[in-house]
Amino acid sequence: MNAKACLFYLCLAGPAMAQGFAGLGSDSGGFALPQEGTVLNFPQDHGPHPQFRIEWWYVTANLHGADGQSYGAQWTLFRAALSPGEGEGWQSPQAWMGHAALTSKDSHHVAERLARGGIGQAGVTFTPFVAFIDDWKMASKSAPGADEIADLEVSAAGTDFAYDLTLSAKGPIVLHGQSGYSVKSPEGQASHYYSQPAYKVSGQITLPGGPVAVTGQAWLDREWSSQPLSANQSGWDWFSLHFDDGTKLMGYRLRDSGAGFSVATWIAGDGRAEPQAPGALRVTPLETARVADHDIPVRWRIELPGKGINVTTKALNPNAWMNTQVPYWEGPVTIEGSHQGEGYVEMTGYQ
Amino acid sequence: MYTNSLVALLSHWWRKPLQLAMLLLGLSLATAIWSAVQAINDEARASYARAAAMVGQDRLPSLFAADGTYINQAVYVSLRRSGWSVSPVLEGTKRYGDVRLRIIGIDPLTLPAEARQVDVVAGGGGSLREFIAQPGLFYVSAETASALMDEQTPPLRIVKSVPPGVAITDIGQAQVLLGAPGKLSRMILSPQQPLVQVPLAAAAPGLVRKEPPAESAMSRLTDSFHLNLTAFGFLAFAVGLFIVHSAVGLAFEQRRSMFRTLRALGLPSRSLVLLLALELLTFAVVAGCVGVAMGYLVAAMLLPDVATSLRGLYGAELEGTLSLRPSVWGAGLIIAILGTFASGLQGLWQAARMPLLAPARPRAWALASEQQILVQAIVATLLLVMAGGLLMFGTGLIAGFALLATLLLSGALVLPLLLMLALKAGTWVSRGAVLQWFWSDTRQQLPGLSLALMALLLALAANIGVGSMVSSFRLTFLGWLDQRLASELYVAGRNTAEAETMHDWLVPRSDAVLPIWNTEGEVMGQPVLIYGIVDHATYRAKWPMLEAMPNVWDEVAAGKALLANEQLARRNHLKLGDSVRLPGGHALPVAGIFSDYGNPKGQVIIANDLLVRFYPEASRLRYAVRVAPAKAADLADALRSALNLPEEAVIDQASIKATSLKIFERTFAVTAALNVLTLGVAALAMLASFVTLSGMRVAQLAPLWAMGLTRPHIAGLELLRSLALAAVTVLAAIPLGLGLAWVLLAVVNVEAFGWRLPLYIFPFEWLKLGLLALLVAGLSVLLPAIRLMRLAPADLLRIFADER
Repeated sequence: MNAKACLFYLCLAGPAMAQGFAGLGSDSGGFALPQEGTVLNFPQDHGPHPQFRIEWWYVTANLHGADGQSYGAQWTLFRAALSPGEGEGWQSPQAWMGHAALTSKDSHHVAERLARGGIGQAGVTFTPFVAFIDDWKMASKSAPGADEIADLEVSAAGTDFAYDLTLSAKGPIVLHGQSGYSVKSPEGQASHYYSQPAYKVSGQITLPGGPVAVTGQAWLDREWSSQPLSANQSGWDWFSLHFDDGTKLMGYRLRDSGAGFSVATWIAGDGRAEPQAPGALRVTPLETARVADHDIPVRWRIELPGKGINVTTKALNPNAWMNTQVPYWEGPVTIEGSHQGEGYVEMTGYQ
Repeated sequence: MYTNSLVALLSHWWRKPLQLAMLLLGLSLATAIWSAVQAINDEARASYARAAAMVGQDRLPSLFAADGTYINQAVYVSLRRSGWSVSPVLEGTKRYGDVRLRIIGIDPLTLPAEARQVDVVAGGGGSLREFIAQPGLFYVSAETASALMDEQTPPLRIVKSVPPGVAITDIGQAQVLLGAPGKLSRMILSPQQPLVQVPLAAAAPGLVRKEPPAESAMSRLTDSFHLNLTAFGFLAFAVGLFIVHSAVGLAFEQRRSMFRTLRALGLPSRSLVLLLALELLTFAVVAGCVGVAMGYLVAAMLLPDVATSLRGLYGAELEGTLSLRPSVWGAGLIIAILGTFASGLQGLWQAARMPLLAPARPRAWALASEQQILVQAIVATLLLVMAGGLLMFGTGLIAGFALLATLLLSGALVLPLLLMLALKAGTWVSRGAVLQWFWSDTRQQLPGLSLALMALLLALAANIGVGSMVSSFRLTFLGWLDQRLASELYVAGRNTAEAETMHDWLVPRSDAVLPIWNTEGEVMGQPVLIYGIVDHATYRAKWPMLEAMPNVWDEVAAGKALLANEQLARRNHLKLGDSVRLPGGHALPVAGIFSDYGNPKGQVIIANDLLVRFYPEASRLRYAVRVAPAKAADLADALRSALNLPEEAVIDQASIKATSLKIFERTFAVTAALNVLTLGVAALAMLASFVTLSGMRVAQLAPLWAMGLTRPHIAGLELLRSLALAAVTVLAAIPLGLGLAWVLLAVVNVEAFGWRLPLYIFPFEWLKLGLLALLVAGLSVLLPAIRLMRLAPADLLRIFADER
């Protein structure tokens, strides 16, 4: 899970909350709450859920350039509602935030966009599927009748970078938790959460040095909720890992004063998802680096004994710092150990 | 030794407290006026800077509609979606009771950091929600908040960074409040733009990019006003220095014997000068501090008037409170010290060069040097030539003020020559030894008095000049008000529907109901109000036209021409027949130019049909009503009660005139106050000079007494002398003052305000001022004269024993 939208909410909500991301542990204030047993319904659920407080469309891509270099690309659209529902024009309580990043071994480029709902500057539609903010776009290229998010075109540009990628899914949509109802704490905070983890990617990235043709694999996360964190949770570590044998792993740990709350979904080569029991995943930081005045773990041990997984992840670029209004770390990693591969890691709440 | 010497030097002041008081008073008064003016100017500039910085317009370029109208919101969205980092702004004014509020609508999410005045998000997520959701928020200054207290506005949040008269609110609220749904005034371009963009012309045609101005429009517009204040501050300071000069000069002369004694006791010349300099520095610091404090009080007192003036003249909003700016007060102190040394330099120089064995006799017999007077007159002539050159070839306000300065300086320099000639004439026509002596002796005193008389001349001329300007302006303004406000009643609806109802109600009950509809747009690069009028005898008969084509009203009524106000015409050098391009690209020739005093903005009048056709969004709220004057009050009451209207919805001509006049009076209140202060300082300078001279002249008067003139007779002659000198100065001040008035009206006003006024002459005012000057002159010599009358014969006798 990438609960970064919490950051977005926080960014709009300001520094009023003293303890971690506890603002989201507060009462839901008229917003809808995720219900166990909800059956996700596509393509409608690819679109926005304005009755919920926060929601995101989140793509991370591990890319390999024609120049032999590895790259990472991130495209995120967050929705945060100041109050539930929609309004007309500028009266809309929906606010949108886009984050885009392009990471290479020695550079990390970030851009951020903010927009109000209701006026056509940002939003999401589900048929045809288009998620956009300003000129950034994630739009469906799927054939009529196919899943709207099976084929996507994703583009974004910052002051010093741009990318234009074509994504093509090679597997089914994966529902996390219980049919997409994903629990976030022992107290029962939860979200609706599904992914499309099996995109093949081709396209072009533009860096200050010029354009580079790229191919690779990408992962789309969709999540919405109104209250995803518990009051005593201070941050999280999130992993999306593509193993070379075709299996994949989504795992996260929500940190608190104790051992934390960890959740994982193991995904078989054919796309079958096996949600793991809470606590089955173990993540251990092995090495930290000082990044933008924060101590950030840049090497992790990831263990899921039930699936024989014991790997370490290593950041492609330790300085993958998102210096957005609310900053966090997000970047591509390589995997070694019982499995080889690559993936993305997100870390928030480190001091 | 140093301590003893210093105590000896200072003991002089102990014995002459009046002299000390004069010195300190002159210096602190001069510093006070100077600092007050600087403080006011500084405060105003800070205000303008705050206003100019509103939503980054002083730093960031913006996109405007090329035709000067609104931008559609859809254009904004399509620009954003083409990769342009722009942020929407809608600005406009809305009236809340008596407050004309400038509303600035912003989108807090896209506003670049450089343009952020208020941090909408900082107060927590709730703040953004409150800002966006109905009824929204107004971010205003404390002053605006108290003015809006009883009005139906959205909830107010007080912030320091917003200038008075401005409210920052959400763009969505602004569109509703300003009645411009889906419209924007401009889009701010963020300094950071993405790598990939659709070219601007393709993404959103019909937009023009404007760079932030190097200087804010308000500071350019108000420059004249502040230059005016600065000029007064300088004048007062210069006059104040005359006082310091005479007081310091006197103290040095009187202590010559003490200097000699100290030197004889072994105090080196260098040390003596050092001690004297130390003494001056002490006085300068003490008087400077007092002056700065007084200046703060004066500034605080004048600031509300200045604020009213600036609002009335330029629509500039100024906080009515003064903040303590260390730079201004530090500068005040430094200028006090510099001024003291400038006026004491001569004394210090003489003390340094004084031979040890120099006679201790005060040198009251300084020879009147005719040569020096001639040199001054030549310099005066050169200055006058320069003034002529400035008048012919100079442009701009600075040239106008330079013209004033050269004129005043030239007048001051030529004064000693005039006085000399007058005194010589006196000698020729006089019979009898006493009178002959009187004239020659006065001539001998000219060098000592001429500085003080010059100060008086400057103060009097400034008074006459400024007085004539204000009175001429007042007379013209009153006549203009009568022409401009020809209708008996003026009504305004709160919305178009209400205005229409008022119109329909009034039509059967009055002689005529004339629309005063208007819109605002950009003409020749400046914001201009565009009015629509219908063809009516009211306009044909009364409109204050300065220049017009013969068939002006037919042309305007037919929609074939427009009228421009004098400001717009002068700023753009418009002549009759010149074509003016209105917003939206409509061009019409100028058929007439009308006077429009007290209005900072340009104004254009076109036929009402044309206004409605070109600008359907024009405000249709106001009407002028013609009715028999006797019935006006009843009609107003009937209208109010019939439609249940508030008091201010219907205004009669008389109260508009009264309000306009009140603004006018306050506009010149500051000028008048500074005028009086300057005259006061000049009076003090005269007093100081006469006291100085009289103290030294006992030696010259003693022989007269010995020859049989009584002491009252001598005192009477002293009084007569000062009156004669003052009278000549007054006579010289009148032409100089008139010249000044002419320059103010025909040069400075045109540059500063955009209108030229006829000069009216007020001889009765000169008479009053002349008498006042004579009174001041008489009073200033009264003290020395009384002292002379009471001088013990023994003291007069001692002159012969001691000094000769």
